[in-house]
Amino acid sequence: MSTAVVTPEAVESPWVLPSKGRVGMACLIIAETAIFTIFVVAYVYYMGKTTSGPTPREVLSLPIFNSICLLSSSVTIWLAEHAIERGEIRKFGVWWAVTIALGAIFLIGTANEWRTLIYHDGLTVSTNLFGTTFYCLVGLHASHVIIGLLGLLTVLIFTLTGRVKQEHSERVQVLALYWHFVDAVWIVVFTVVYVIGR
Amino acid sequence: MADSSLPIPGALEVTSPRYSQAAILQWLNSWVTTVDHKKLGILYTLYAIFFLLVGGVEAMAIRIQLIRPNNTFLSPEVFNRLFTMHGTTMVFLVGMTFIFGFANYLIPLMIGARDMAFPRLNAFSFWVTAFGGLMIYYSFIGGYGLFGDGSAPDVGWFAYAPLTAKAFSRGHSTDFWALSLIVTGFGTVGAAINVIATILCMRCKGMTMMRLPLFAWLNFAVSGLILVTITPLTAAQIMLLVDRYLGGHFFDTQSGGSAMIWMHFFWIFGHPEVYVLVLPAFAIANEIIPVFSRKAIFGYPAMVAASMGIVFISLGVWAHHMFTIGMTSVSNAFFSLSTMLVGIPTGMKIFNWVATMWGGKLRFATPMLFCTAFLFQFLIAGLTGIMLSVVPWNWQLHNSYFVIAHFHYVLVGAIVFCIFAGLYYWYPKVTGRMMNETLGKWHFWLFLIGFHITFDIMHIPGMLGMPRSIYTYEASRGWGTLNMIVSIGGFIQAIAVLLFAFNLVWSYFYGEKAGNDPWDAWTLEWTTASPPPAYNFEDDPVVRSRRPLWDLKHTEDTDWKYE
Repeated sequence: MSTAVVTPEAVESPWVLPSKGRVGMACLIIAETAIFTIFVVAYVYYMGKTTSGPTPREVLSLPIFNSICLLSSSVTIWLAEHAIERGEIRKFGVWWAVTIALGAIFLIGTANEWRTLIYHDGLTVSTNLFGTTFYCLVGLHASHVIIGLLGLLTVLIFTLTGRVKQEHSERVQVLALYWHFVDAVWIVVFTVVYVIGR
Repeated sequence: MADSSLPIPGALEVTSPRYSQAAILQWLNSWVTTVDHKKLGILYTLYAIFFLLVGGVEAMAIRIQLIRPNNTFLSPEVFNRLFTMHGTTMVFLVGMTFIFGFANYLIPLMIGARDMAFPRLNAFSFWVTAFGGLMIYYSFIGGYGLFGDGSAPDVGWFAYAPLTAKAFSRGHSTDFWALSLIVTGFGTVGAAINVIATILCMRCKGMTMMRLPLFAWLNFAVSGLILVTITPLTAAQIMLLVDRYLGGHFFDTQSGGSAMIWMHFFWIFGHPEVYVLVLPAFAIANEIIPVFSRKAIFGYPAMVAASMGIVFISLGVWAHHMFTIGMTSVSNAFFSLSTMLVGIPTGMKIFNWVATMWGGKLRFATPMLFCTAFLFQFLIAGLTGIMLSVVPWNWQLHNSYFVIAHFHYVLVGAIVFCIFAGLYYWYPKVTGRMMNETLGKWHFWLFLIGFHITFDIMHIPGMLGMPRSIYTYEASRGWGTLNMIVSIGGFIQAIAVLLFAFNLVWSYFYGEKAGNDPWDAWTLEWTTASPPPAYNFEDDPVVRSRRPLWDLKHTEDTDWKYE
């Protein structure tokens, strides 16, 4: 072992730690992923095990338009993130508002789908196993969309009152991370419920 | 980080008399509104000790009922409620809150931070957990009360599926169980996120991940495990509530649902939960054993690796709770083998602790006594665990008192012993006074003797076929004498715990003054005053090795020369 005197300060690189917000949000996303995993597993496990109608094939239709809206909101929020990073607050506000609008369209689409299912097809949580698992999984996702929209709306209000500045870009990106997660979950839900499950 | 209770340096002392109404209200307010990690840590710990006593009273009632055959001390219904509440209390309200009591108080001090990463989330987590605990105990007096058509949960802490259906569990007992555990689950996940963010983002200069005290490392690993195990439980409980309130069919076998899937979902949480509880106990032993052996921990990287190994393996072993439900022999073999695999990292840990003690200058103060006993008991707990992972043996002993004895060996023999060790060890830091050593030794020996009388003997009625969860038994079974001995051991433990509770209070007022570093320890928390001031450190500490305090005390022979 060399005995040359090297002060530890000289060896150590500058002290950089990850951001609290990102780590916290990443942890939340891991935890949420575990919840969704359990619901998806339950859905897959009970696929085709329902003992009475209506079955998914009879009543479900592919929500293509909805899905396009939600998934493209991931792109618009990404554009908003870039805008605020460069300090273009107006542009940020516009993309942010477009994201909220797309999320809202998705929610309205889900509401319409549920209304048809309930009033036209008579499918409720208690009708059969398909109804139970379907409303729980899709509803869990929809509730996450609602929570995400509330978060996004808060930021929009602060943007409109002129309180969002370039230095808040990190916090905005943390919130956007959540939104990306909600979108990613939809890809799984869409595949399991509407593609494989039908 | 607003805290109205923090004294402003140089400000005038409050001049109102000490016990005036205003002073008391202000004192209460300072605890209820606090966001200081130390105060929240104390709140968590007091909450855990309170429920430890409550859960202990329930255990004693169970032991009185089983002390002789055909006893009528408790009715079958009340017995069901008591063992359900005993399990639920000890796991969720005692074990989980002790973890976060220790973690909250110690981690920022150990890593040289001034507070947790999210102080307000920290306060929120505690009060949500506290509310969950109150809610589940409210069920005792809510509805029709303890001795009526009752509403305290009575389905076992695992709440197996058909039992929790509306048809078999009338009233609101199961709803109370599910709702309050969802609520405490939110608190737990919040606290786990906080621990992870604190450790990753708040370390002082020089505190690299490989210089973290092992206590912080293990709590980091546990918090990660909590994120992926508590949330499946929450998901399962949401399903249960959907079944009960909205007429869903998740666990309703008549409509194609499955009772087995509840077991899978529950044990996906339930098995890793054991490691969630035991790893913080290891964390405490990791701090105490080196200090009282006067040696640095043996094999630090191996300890870290073993902890992470336990975390990952624990996620793949849950179905060893379900060998008897008729899975395929392939899955039985898989879960049997993966369960045995856990023995490897835990064995590594035990060897490293023994190697740390080997050739050390051992000082058997009370914390070290508890840790030494822990080593032996955890070894035995691990061995009976391996026995139970053998499928045919498991078929024979499933749901017998052998299993009860095995997991109490882990939960009491390992976890509670380490928690006691930790309480004795860090009490001087928290209160500024030492706990009474004589009372501590009495506590240790009584508890040790009581523990072994209870849980060593309890293996035998298990092997003789005594099932768990029965409220009484026939004299002709021949379990009477054994149960009498087990119950007597239980009472000895109860006396020891009362002695401990007395010591806790007595030492607060009359204990010997401790000073900053009564144990001559090496981690950062002992550099601060006892109790530590608000925001912990005047200047942000800089760390150069795993034993920063050793470096300060031994400038001629610092650790970082060798790293």
